[in-house]
Amino acid sequence: MSAATPHGATPYYFVPAPSSHPAMASLGLFFVVLGAGQWVNGHGWGAWSLLLGLAIWLRTLFVWFREAIHESETGLYSPRIDASFRWSMSWFIFSEVMFFAAFFGALYWARVHTLPMLGNLDHQLLWPDFQAVWPSQGGSTVSPAGTVEPFTIMGPWPIPTINTAILLTSGMTLTIAHHAMVAGERAKTIRWMWVTVALGVIFLGFQAYEYIHAYRDLNLKLSSGIYGSTFFMLTGFHGFHVFVGMLMLLVITLRLQKGHFTPERHFGFEGAAWYWHFVDVVWLGLYFLVYWL
Amino acid sequence: MALSAPWALLQPAHAAAAVQGLPGGPAVNQLDMHPPVTEIARQVHGLHWFVMIVCVVIFVAVFGVMFYSIIKHRKSVGAKSAHFHESVAVEIAWTLVPFLIVVVMGFAATKTVVAMKDTSNADLTIKTTGYQWKWGYDYLQGEGQGISFLSTLDLRQRQLSDAGTPEGDDYLLKVDNPLVVPVGKKVRIITTANDVIHSWMVPAFAVKQDAIPGFVRDTWFRADKTGDFYGQCVELCGKEHAYMPIHVKVLSAEDYSQWVDGKKKELAAKADDPKKTWKLDELVARGEKVYTANCAVCHKPDGKGAGPIKALDGSTVVLDGDKGKQIHVLLNGQNNGAMPAWKALSDTEIAAVITYTKNQWSNKTGQIVQPAEIVAARGK
Amino acid sequence: MSAVLDHHAGHAHDHDHGPLKGWRRWVFATNHKDIGTMYLLFAFAMLMIGGILALCIRAELFKPGLQFFNPELFNSFTTMHGLIMVFGAIMPAFVGFANWMLPLQIGASDMAFARMNNFSFWLMIPAAAILAGSFFMPGGAPAAGWTLYAPLTLQMGPSMDAAIFAMHIMGASSIMGSINIIVTILNMRAPGMTLMKMPLFAWTWLITAYLLIAVMPVLAGAITMTLTDRHFGTSFFTPAGGGDPIMYQHIFWFFGHPEVYIMILPAFGIVSAIVPAFARKRLFGYTSMVYATASIAILSFIVWAHHMYATGMPVTGQLFFMYATMLIAVPTGVKIFNWIATMWRGSMTFETPMLWSVGFIFVFTMGGFTGLICSMAPVDINIQDTYYVVAHFHYVLVAGSLYALFAGVYYWGPKWTGVMYSETRGKIHFWWSLIAFNVTFFPMHFLGLAGMPRRYADYPMQFADFNALASVGAFAFGLAQVYFFVFVVVPMMRGQGPKAPQKPWEGAEGLEWEVPSPAPHHTFETPPRLDATATKVVG
Ligand code: HEA
Ligand code: HEA
Ligand code: CUA
Ligand SMILES: [Cu+2]
Repeated sequence: MSAATPHGATPYYFVPAPSSHPAMASLGLFFVVLGAGQWVNGHGWGAWSLLLGLAIWLRTLFVWFREAIHESETGLYSPRIDASFRWSMSWFIFSEVMFFAAFFGALYWARVHTLPMLGNLDHQLLWPDFQAVWPSQGGSTVSPAGTVEPFTIMGPWPIPTINTAILLTSGMTLTIAHHAMVAGERAKTIRWMWVTVALGVIFLGFQAYEYIHAYRDLNLKLSSGIYGSTFFMLTGFHGFHVFVGMLMLLVITLRLQKGHFTPERHFGFEGAAWYWHFVDVVWLGLYFLVYWL
Repeated sequence: MALSAPWALLQPAHAAAAVQGLPGGPAVNQLDMHPPVTEIARQVHGLHWFVMIVCVVIFVAVFGVMFYSIIKHRKSVGAKSAHFHESVAVEIAWTLVPFLIVVVMGFAATKTVVAMKDTSNADLTIKTTGYQWKWGYDYLQGEGQGISFLSTLDLRQRQLSDAGTPEGDDYLLKVDNPLVVPVGKKVRIITTANDVIHSWMVPAFAVKQDAIPGFVRDTWFRADKTGDFYGQCVELCGKEHAYMPIHVKVLSAEDYSQWVDGKKKELAAKADDPKKTWKLDELVARGEKVYTANCAVCHKPDGKGAGPIKALDGSTVVLDGDKGKQIHVLLNGQNNGAMPAWKALSDTEIAAVITYTKNQWSNKTGQIVQPAEIVAARGK
Repeated sequence: MSAVLDHHAGHAHDHDHGPLKGWRRWVFATNHKDIGTMYLLFAFAMLMIGGILALCIRAELFKPGLQFFNPELFNSFTTMHGLIMVFGAIMPAFVGFANWMLPLQIGASDMAFARMNNFSFWLMIPAAAILAGSFFMPGGAPAAGWTLYAPLTLQMGPSMDAAIFAMHIMGASSIMGSINIIVTILNMRAPGMTLMKMPLFAWTWLITAYLLIAVMPVLAGAITMTLTDRHFGTSFFTPAGGGDPIMYQHIFWFFGHPEVYIMILPAFGIVSAIVPAFARKRLFGYTSMVYATASIAILSFIVWAHHMYATGMPVTGQLFFMYATMLIAVPTGVKIFNWIATMWRGSMTFETPMLWSVGFIFVFTMGGFTGLICSMAPVDINIQDTYYVVAHFHYVLVAGSLYALFAGVYYWGPKWTGVMYSETRGKIHFWWSLIAFNVTFFPMHFLGLAGMPRRYADYPMQFADFNALASVGAFAFGLAQVYFFVFVVVPMMRGQGPKAPQKPWEGAEGLEWEVPSPAPHHTFETPPRLDATATKVVG
């Protein structure tokens, strides 16, 4: 720890002292990827390496963020740093958008180009029995080679719709919390934040239920051809992002309880809120493109 | 003069074995594209020369200016720097002029793109399947319909490659069964693949089409000359990517008809009745041919394999009393297709090659696999 | 210059006067200069490894017949050469330049997020270790080409997964690095340094960073799909389940094409700094340079399928991608013309940085022209996946990106190390490399036109002479880099040579020349006051 600022003044632009966190975090990720690469190939020790790496990484992130929060709370962050955070969060969210774009792109391509092509006249040469329908209806036409077991698709009703309502509501509760924050009503902020976090958890609960339902009752699996692939990868990555966003909000809530943030300065709060709204918007895309269309 | 080993390595190859150009294939130290043999290839040739000349002219002009400036405007000859650093007029000029040039270039290419893609009204349609690592040809429509065969690199050339002692003008381009087509007829090639992406290329025809597993694509050519034309697989398809050449034999209409007749008879004679019961040595003899043509590349003629390729000599699967195991491997492949599925071979061929491996080298099981067993296994 | 050497305000150091000692200085670094140095050294090490792999390729191809390696190993070499050069050498080298120069050029105290900056760097180490380590995994290193096309990747051994994860990590590193760069440029410019007064190097990096953030996640998506196809039963790229291997190519090239501009735009920035300095004349057409850079970036998103002409697209697709690709010649041409107009009626001298820059302009343009020839769909049908393409992209990557990097090292090296390199040696390095480079790669155009496919471990006899020539050239080129390392880099790093003045180049402009050489550990801790052109510190 080194935050020895001259006379408690906020520096023009705070440059942190040398720190071991970046190297430690990299070390953690080294074990993560080393382990993951081995684990997927059936080497048991990979899992341990993965866990070890995750532990190192998470611990490092924890101390790292704690340090950053401390710096923030001790007034080292000037408005210019605040602006840096705003820019960086925006660009980070942009990168996330592009990550989802890859999977949405895959869905688009599979449906609009691949599927009709596999079913067209030319391709009867290869796949005489295949009928190009989306979503795949089961039976022998479910996949070109007939290798995919029949399954039932996941409709928008009821869970995804309930989940849509939950996420939209959570967006509202979050906004209420934000207004309360700006108005300086801390207790109210905290209350609504907890509501938001709870809605996130409920969303995840529903999604878990949906997955179990898919595997057990619908025979809809990751291996259910391109439908299953896009369905689970899109909703799965989204669910993961909900989880991360929920953790962010949780941390913010706990910090609020500790008395962090002021009505004027609370970018940590806002950044988490932006992220949450981003997750929300992705969900709307999913809801229409994956469940309805 | 005999060179000692390290220096022999350094000696360029064709000094040792005087190589000639291969008509229809590459010439020695060829500088340009292959002499065109189709209308499209002629256009491509022309387009290439056209853009190249345009580029060279621009290049000379632009760098003429630069070198003039470098020579005249250097400090050592006393040049003093001017102070201009902006001019909207010239910026517009050198945006517009290149723009117009590329418009002309795009325009010039458009007609050829459209012509290249027009595969309608073909006289002959041939399906070309890329396998790891050979090509399969099926004549689907037109004269010769029904003919189908595999086309594999000459095994001896493959061995010469391994030995590091290449020789011959057609080195790595010689196949057992070339694709045969008539001259002056529009031939539509439908490509697909069995395992990974390959690409079917014949430079003299200006034809290149990826062969994509699970999908069909097409291209076409109309050769206006008889002769032999060569190409190679141009999409990385695994370890033997360099060893699956393409050889197209263009024949006159009469010769082509004759070839079709001959080929049909040959196929009829070869068409084995899968119900026939074979004797051991018959099957082994037949299996040896199949093995040499298909398996020897990886598993080696001595059955020892190499590196990650499993040895067959002494292999537990081959020696196993349960013949079903080996049949399963051949029909379905193994290790994610590192060992490909050989479904495309006939029942008799699969039976023969299995019988061969079970009785070759140190494998003396005496087991015999009949075509009927393959028929049964396929049914499952 | 007191404003520059101001050490008082705003530092969280207990020890304001210099870096930590020993290894801690590097491992715990938060200083943009130290991190920049590490990036540069890392990239150079990767250039060596990638270069040695290239030499293995060239040794095998010296003459027909397999001499040293089996085809599988050869494919691994090609694949790893491509991956290591692209992700390990060229990209990190430019990031190293960004780290060193951006804060200096815009008058910032450091990068916006100093700790994250170090994280970006240190992520490269595990990624590189795992990537290089994949050679020792069962089945050998990935051998599916640097483009990692499905479904060949689905056949690869365990090293494929290692490579995928390594690339995830590198992607994360790039994204964080880019965010850092963008925020630094947007938010930390000294007062008076408006966007349109910024040095072009900052502009090109701003746009490059934007490209990186836009496309690295897409690559991550593509290889994640490969991973789940390999192990978790999905069928993104398997037609049997309704997927499509061509879909991989679309997603990959949506990343891949912008990626090649990621590797060239910062090079344009470096050259745009050097040419005016040695022509002793302001950069001609600054504004249009900025617009041209932006146009290249925007166009780069709509041309990707020019790598896929042979996959069998519909006519309209081919035509669209052909036209769009050709358009890129226009803004690129604007850049070339502006550089030449900058030289025009200047007062030029040809120290090593200028030599490399002129060499860059000359040879890169050749590569640009062959790119244009590739972009013509009908012509590309004959040369796609042949050595013509290999020639094209080495002209733009080696004679483009790598030459600009060398130019930059000579230009800013004195600022980094405080000593001047030897002009004689710099010139030897330049001429030797220029000649060897062309001996290596020029014959490949002929090979490609004659139809020699790329990624071939062995080839027909008729191609023998040009291949032999290329191999000889490659070893000569490699040796030139050894010379560079031993006789230029090492002495400079050791501080041997005449002491560099604050501004070693008569015509150079910019804030980096307002601080002493070597640049002190901390610079511009309080924002400097700038003159009207934002190239000088006043007061
Ligand atoms: C730094 C990297 C870089 C750069 C800058 C470029 C620049 C360009 N590239 Fe290149 N390219 C690669 C790296 C790069 N490329 C790589 C790595 C591959 C292979 C990938 C793989 O398959 O592994 C590739 C492959 C590649 C292909 C696919 C070839 C194939 O596989 O068949 C094509 C096709 O269109 C192409 C085109 C172009 C064009 C049109 C440009 C243009 O940007 C060039 C523009 C420049 C000029 C034209 C010169 C200067 C202009 C003037 C002087 C103005 C006047 C000119 C005219 C009016 C003509 N490139
Ligand atoms: C990004 C930058 C980059 C750079 C800088 C280079 C640099 C070089 N490349 Fe390239 N190359 C690619 C990117 C690059 N390459 C890509 C993307 C591919 C495609 C891969 C694929 O198909 O998937 C490719 C493919 C490729 C091929 C085609 C392989 C094939 O299709 O099978 C060849 C063949 O000659 C080649 C050669 C070279 C050579 C000789 C150099 C030289 O410039 C290297 C010079 C450097 C050194 C030699 C290192 C320094 C010296 C030492 C370490 C000391 C040891 C040396 C001696 C003792 C002499 N490269
Ligand atoms: Cu088949 Cu390459
Ligand atoms: Cu491209």
